[in-house]
Amino acid sequence: MTSSTLIKSFERAKENNRAALLTYTVGGDPDKKTSLDIFRSIADAGVDIIECGLGHGANIGDGGAIQDSTYRALSNGIKTNDIFEIIEEFKKDYETEVIIMTYQNKIMAYGEDEFLKRCISSKVSGIICVDWPWPLNLDFAKKCKENSIVFIQLLCPTTNEDRLKSILNDAHEVVYYISMLSTTGQKLKVSSDEIKKRFSLIKKISPDKKCIIGFGITADTIYDFKDTDACVVGSALCREITRSIDKELNPATNVGNMVSDLKQKLSS
Amino acid sequence: MKLEKGIPLIDQHDENGYWGGKFGGNQIAESLNYPIEELTRKFEKLRNDETFIAERDYYFKNFVGAPTPFIKLENLTKHLGGAQIYCKLVSKATGGAHKAYNAVVHSLICKRLGKTYIGGDTGAGYAGKMLSMAAAKFNLKCKIFMGAKDVERQSINVFSMRSYGAEVVPVNSGSQTLVDAVSECMRWWTSENEEAHMCVGSTVGPTIFVKICAWSTAQISREMKKQVMDEFGEVPKDMKLINCVGGGSSAAGFWNEWIDYDNVELIGVEAGGPEGSSKHAAPLTNDSPIGVLHGATQYVIQDDQGEIEETDSISAGLDYPGVSPLHCFLKETGRARYTSASDEEAIEAFQLVSKNEGFVSPSLEPSHAFAEAIKIAPKLSKDTIIVVDSCGDSAKDSKIIAERLGYKI
Repeated sequence: MTSSTLIKSFERAKENNRAALLTYTVGGDPDKKTSLDIFRSIADAGVDIIECGLGHGANIGDGGAIQDSTYRALSNGIKTNDIFEIIEEFKKDYETEVIIMTYQNKIMAYGEDEFLKRCISSKVSGIICVDWPWPLNLDFAKKCKENSIVFIQLLCPTTNEDRLKSILNDAHEVVYYISMLSTTGQKLKVSSDEIKKRFSLIKKISPDKKCIIGFGITADTIYDFKDTDACVVGSALCREITRSIDKELNPATNVGNMVSDLKQKLSS
Repeated sequence: MKLEKGIPLIDQHDENGYWGGKFGGNQIAESLNYPIEELTRKFEKLRNDETFIAERDYYFKNFVGAPTPFIKLENLTKHLGGAQIYCKLVSKATGGAHKAYNAVVHSLICKRLGKTYIGGDTGAGYAGKMLSMAAAKFNLKCKIFMGAKDVERQSINVFSMRSYGAEVVPVNSGSQTLVDAVSECMRWWTSENEEAHMCVGSTVGPTIFVKICAWSTAQISREMKKQVMDEFGEVPKDMKLINCVGGGSSAAGFWNEWIDYDNVELIGVEAGGPEGSSKHAAPLTNDSPIGVLHGATQYVIQDDQGEIEETDSISAGLDYPGVSPLHCFLKETGRARYTSASDEEAIEAFQLVSKNEGFVSPSLEPSHAFAEAIKIAPKLSKDTIIVVDSCGDSAKDSKIIAERLGYKI
């Protein structure tokens, strides 16, 4: 629930000779109870870190699958407080780390200080904010640090080396590498080798920082990233939630099964 | 917060792109940082490049049709009594509105960037229509994002865009209107920015898009300044410039050259929505909270969760929950005054202006500006000059207005 416990999740995976597995699902999708069931099911399947989306309707980075999830949650009246309550409830029984991924307007509307207070009380250990780039985010990042919450800076293929070094210099213990220029959930349009090359460059500049790789990773490609620090699968899970709801199946069970499969692929 | 004299409004932002240290900025995903930096460098170079300026002026004059007329509305002045009412007839620009300026400039920039593909958003369809028009002229592949609801209700414009060879993408997310079209366009650009250029249809979005758009529409006040001098021989001692404000691109252009003249009052008129309804599209007038929308900090109509609320206006072109950071800045510094007109007032203004002037038949957007002129003119002396920017022609709204007035067409 603090930056140090978050780091331990990465280290535990490393001890098992694999990258840490992160899942992304939208908090409150499709409702509070099911969302909590999904988190529990994902945790039981062995995920290392849960990335919980605090969805925003006017987002500019989400692909179709995540937009559907966000729309479902918002249409069902899910509010920011509901997301914190889901996480709080989940953390009562599970050690699995939870980080929040959101957009700046959601934090502004809640109030920066209030948002951080609620992160602490619900045991959120990290924050990713898609549309709050470096260096505009530095004041907020500092507040996070003072509260032992990791503010996770984003990097991408077109972040040039000077900017990369500056961001890494200011970054907390964890960074996130957006593997390709796209919204979430599109087909991987660069090779796994190219991604790993950029990953190596990041690690060369900052060997101590944990680097999460995200965007476009699926069950078919996850094994390629076994030797990195961590990777995220998101849209495939959101799609599974949509499919399960449409077919009146249990999304928690089905998403859990997918995560077991991903974990196995990463561990083999 | 202070406005500086002698510095163009578009350049009065800080190093992070904020006007008054507060409005605008580049709140974007990291994936858009590089293309925005690239575009910023290119634009700063081009705006000082004489051949580029000459090229812009050539297309403005010969294709868009600059200068548009500056005329006195004799009959309306007489009818209302009081101030003398003039009109800058921007609706005479090719395509019937001011959107052609921004479309031409973005297409020229696209070519200078060595790109052959351009995408843009549209609400009522003007921005999309003009962009597809310019793209056809400059041999650019063109993609227009439009809310599915707008595709439905503005089918004539959709047909135009497709005729010019553009691909029109209906956006089915959220409210299926302009706000969602802009979001989707930005998502598209996130994926395609190595190959494609993006045109934002108004003075909204990340700082560079606000700047390019206002720099383009500034043509309106540049030519009008000369027309005013020709008409009066000097800048009138008491002049009021009234413009509608949705995203704010036409107002920014209409006012640009006049910002430093203290005796020129700037009045922005937002869409107040239907009378008696709580829904509107007037974030400045109604003191909506400050938030982040489409990459920039601004006053934006939203709920306590930071979710964008549905707006309502009879005018599709003003139906946007946010507003340009330039106008937030002008409001906060007290340089411009903002008010709103209701759907009903806009319709009445349309009727009164059309009936009295004939040659001037404003679309529903500038009808909001005329509504304010009609409200204040009778209380003012004949020494006061009111100029209204009639930035769009009513042809596109015929069906909506006719239905409202009980005609069948």
